[in-house]
This record gives sequence, C-alpha cells and structure tokens, in this order.
Amino acid sequence: MAVTFSDEAARKLSAIAERYPTRQAVVLPALHLAQKEFGHLHDDAIQCVAAFLDLPESHVHGVATFYTMLRRQAGATNTLRVCTNISCMLRGAYDVMAKLEQVLGIKHGERTADETFQLVEEECIAACANAPAIVCGTKYFLDVTPEQVESIVAELRERPHPESEVV
Amino acid sequence: MPAELGTRLVTRFLGKPEAKTIAGYEALGGYRALRKALDMKREDILAEVKASNLRGRGGAGFPTGMKWGFLPPGADKIHLVCNCDESEPGTCKDRELVFWDPHQLIEGMIITAYCLGARHNFIYIRGEMMREYAVLARAVEEAYERGYLGRNVMGRDVQVELVVHRGAGAYICGEETGLLESLEGKKGQPRKKPPFPAQFGAFGMPTTVNNVETFSHVPHVVAKGADWFRGFGTEKSPGTTIFGVSGHVKRPGLYELPLGTRLDEIVFEHAGGPPDGRKVKGVIPGGMSMPILPASQLDVPMANEFLRERKTMLGTGGVMVMHDATCMVRVGCIITYFFRDESCGQCTQCREGTGWLHKIMQRIERGAGSPADLDLLLDVASKMEGQTICAFADAAAWPVQGLLRHFREDFEEHVKQGKCPFPESFEL
Repeated sequence: MAVTFSDEAARKLSAIAERYPTRQAVVLPALHLAQKEFGHLHDDAIQCVAAFLDLPESHVHGVATFYTMLRRQAGATNTLRVCTNISCMLRGAYDVMAKLEQVLGIKHGERTADETFQLVEEECIAACANAPAIVCGTKYFLDVTPEQVESIVAELRERPHPESEVV
Repeated sequence: MPAELGTRLVTRFLGKPEAKTIAGYEALGGYRALRKALDMKREDILAEVKASNLRGRGGAGFPTGMKWGFLPPGADKIHLVCNCDESEPGTCKDRELVFWDPHQLIEGMIITAYCLGARHNFIYIRGEMMREYAVLARAVEEAYERGYLGRNVMGRDVQVELVVHRGAGAYICGEETGLLESLEGKKGQPRKKPPFPAQFGAFGMPTTVNNVETFSHVPHVVAKGADWFRGFGTEKSPGTTIFGVSGHVKRPGLYELPLGTRLDEIVFEHAGGPPDGRKVKGVIPGGMSMPILPASQLDVPMANEFLRERKTMLGTGGVMVMHDATCMVRVGCIITYFFRDESCGQCTQCREGTGWLHKIMQRIERGAGSPADLDLLLDVASKMEGQTICAFADAAAWPVQGLLRHFREDFEEHVKQGKCPFPESFEL
C-alpha cells in the first residue's frame, strides 16, 4: 500500500475507536482524518482506511463518495461554502456569488490555480437569519454584501481556515 | 434575539459568552436540574416529561415522552442519540443553541440518559458545523472533567458516556434512521420501518433520537415541572419554541415564543414586516419542506393543530418570508434543485421524481413550459407522496403542491408570456 497513517493519526484513531461498539462506526472519523493527512481521498487513502479498520475497500469507497465534504479530488486551503438556498437567495446570495467568481477568477465548483480557494455552492448552512451567509472552516461570514467580498478574500488569504482545522 | 425575555427558556443564554464555559454555566444555575433529576426516580422523570407533553422540535412534532416510552422496559443496552444535523433550509436554531449554550444540551441529554438507563450516547453533528463541533467537543470534555459525564455521574452509580460524532455533508442524515446508518459508518440511507429505532436503533440496540432543541427543553421541564411548562403554548402544543425568521423582513432573527403565537404577529411585530414599500407575498412557516401560505392566510396560530387546517405544518419553525417581487417559480426551482441534489437514491419515486420536478420547474421558469406542465408537476408530486421508505419524498412533494395551490397564477404567467415575468439578477 502506498500510504499509511502517521503515528499520531494512528494513535488518535485508535483512541476514537475505543468509543464505538464497532470498527465500522469509525469510518467517518477515519475518512475525515485521512483527508486531513493525505489532502484528499485518493484510492491509496481509501485503501489505507480500509486496511486500518479491517473493512472491505468497496464499503469505504461507497461511504467516501456518498458525503459531499469528503473529496476524491484535491481541494484548496480555503473552501468557501456559499449558501444559495431560499433565505440567502432572497437577500442577494447570487450577487455575492457573482462577485466571488469575479474576484477569484473561477466559477463555483472550481478552485484557484494557486490552490488557495475553492468555491462551493452550498445548500442551507443554518445561518438563515443572517443571510446571505458563507462558511469557511470554523469561520462564518454573515449578512454578506458584494462590497465585502474583496475584504473576505483578503482576510482568508492572510488567515486561512482549512476545513481540517477541527479534525 | 427573542423579544420577550419572559418566554426565553432555551434561548436565554444566546449572546452571553459566559454561558459557554462550564464554570459560567454553573454560575448561571446550570446543572442544577441534573442534580434534581438524580434525586428523582427514573419513572418519575419520564412521567413528568410525558405530562408536559413536550413535542419534538426537529420537525415531526412527535410527543417526546411517548417516544421514550416506546423503548422496551428493562433493556440492557439503550442508546440516546442527539440529532444535530440541522440542514432543513430556513432553519437556524440548533446551530445557535449548540454554539451559545452547549451545556444546556449536554445537561438535557444526561438527564434523559439517566431517565432511560442509556449509557453510551451520541451527538451527531452536521459536518459543515465545524465551529460548533469545536465548541461542543470542548463542552463535553469539560463535562467529563467535572464529573457530569463518565462512569459515576456526580458521584452516583450512574454511567453516562457521550461521543460527539461528525457527519460529512448529507441532508438525508437528518432523517433519524439515515442518521443511525451514518453513525454506524455507512451511507446515510434511511431504513425501512418497522422495526423502529426504539426496538432496533443504533448498532442494533433500542435507541431514541431527539433533536437539539428538544433535549435543551428537558432541564427546564425537570427543574420547573410539567404544569409550569404547560403554562406556555397551546393545550395540544405546550411550551415555547424558536421561530427562526429569515428572508424579506426588517429584523430577521431567532424569536423564542409560545407555540400558538400567530404567524402574522411573528412576521410583522417581531421581525418588523417586509422592507418599506413592499408587501408580503407568501410565507413558508416551518422550513422549506412545509407548504407555503399566502399573505391572506397568516392569521394562523403556529401550532400543528391549526396549521394542518391550512394544509401546512410547523416543521422546524423556520419562517421564510417573501415579498411581492418574488417569483414563486424561481423559489420552486431552488426547492426542487435541493431535493434532486439530496435524494439518497434508494427509492425510484424519489430518485426519479425529484429530478422530474426540477426539470419541469426549470422549463417553466425559462419560459418553455406548457399549460399541461402545471398538472404534470402535481401528478408527479402525488405519485411521490407516501410511496417511499422515508418522508424525504413527501418533503419534496409538499412545497411544490403548496406553491401551485396558492400561486398558480405565477406559473400560468410564465407559460403565457413564454418568459419569467419577474426581474431577477441571477442565472439558475
């Protein structure tokens, strides 16, 4: 196998496994951790998780492809999840998205060439009373206007919030 | 923020950073309800919650005490699971409850775990809630350090363990059996019922799944009693709940108010009504899955026994307000896109039906619809409703039916003019 968990990650995962009655229940925590370790869930990463938990690769692959936050392709430092559902749409989320696309020079679903930003059109992020809302890792941007987009991008360039920060 | 302090129970610490630490929460009176509960008999706590008629705040509104009562008596291994997978569009209460007052939830869960004899328990938190996960994980750690969780809760012979489990992005995991599948390390595809989770839940054991807000009410019910709790709200729907008001209002926000508060009072008095010069066109009363109401029908008390008469439901209490320049077909496009995107794919009616609803809706919005498309939408919706493993397909069908029930003229105008008659600034 081409990749294995670092000692630290393996120790962490073994401690997590203690809290669950089955090995299979550790698949999601293990995939979160694998994504942090390996950047994304390529075939080797999935093989590594399967081997660690002694589960069929096909099962781990199925789980990894069911959930939208688990990536089979490389991501970026900052994943900007921009809500465009009703509450945010009603208050201008599509204008915010258009401005983000213009400032970053990419369309939603894409990432910048320097791998600093990925732009995701997200369904409701439970911040409807502060629409339009964007979440990037542990950082929320609320009541966003198109005028704020440049400073948001600058702030994240300065202080990134990768999604792996809480894993 | 809720306007009336008198009806702020579960939201009383929102905006108060001191409540976020365990010392601060204790200083504000936290964990006293747990102390009281541990001196009560388990069956007396259950009786109190049953008498309070607290109903689930996650959307279905099922009586909580009755749900707990379904667990087989004397079962050895029972799991308690908190559904913190809040992702119903228009709903923004659980995330705030967890962020501002994590110990209220934990206290509610420990009381419930003691009451039901559940030793190994889980909070399933939505993957996108990364900030809230960090807060909750820290709060659980603190509760262990102070002896509220662990082998001997507050020095008693009571074991309560609590694990915070992160999801990874899937709306369907908010459905309780989808959530359990996900917790077990599988795709979050809902299970056929029966057996219900009370018999066969997490890891094959009897399980109760409750929403964050529901658990957050438990310490209050135990501390002050069922009679006090029933002093708020209506006869059939007692207590307060959080109305998260969003969309075209002057003061969007969370308003904790008694159940039965009128929808027009929430929209116009608490949330300040629409922006100046605009009128309300329609309001979704309880999260995106609940059928919309037109402006003429907002004089309804927000409790299921009244909302049902208007063919809608309280759902999650997520109130979404739309003013008179809103294109209801465009709203329909967003709704149907969401369900097409989030269908887990198990049932044909849902997997195919959500795709067709979106395709037809978009066709109408782009001006390429035919008059027959309106009834075709209703036909597809009626063939999805009640035909699938879980309520997701119903949740996709109901809002479409609601839009056509009250705003058919918007759809007809699109077909007649061959284009969207509303000015909008974005491409779908």
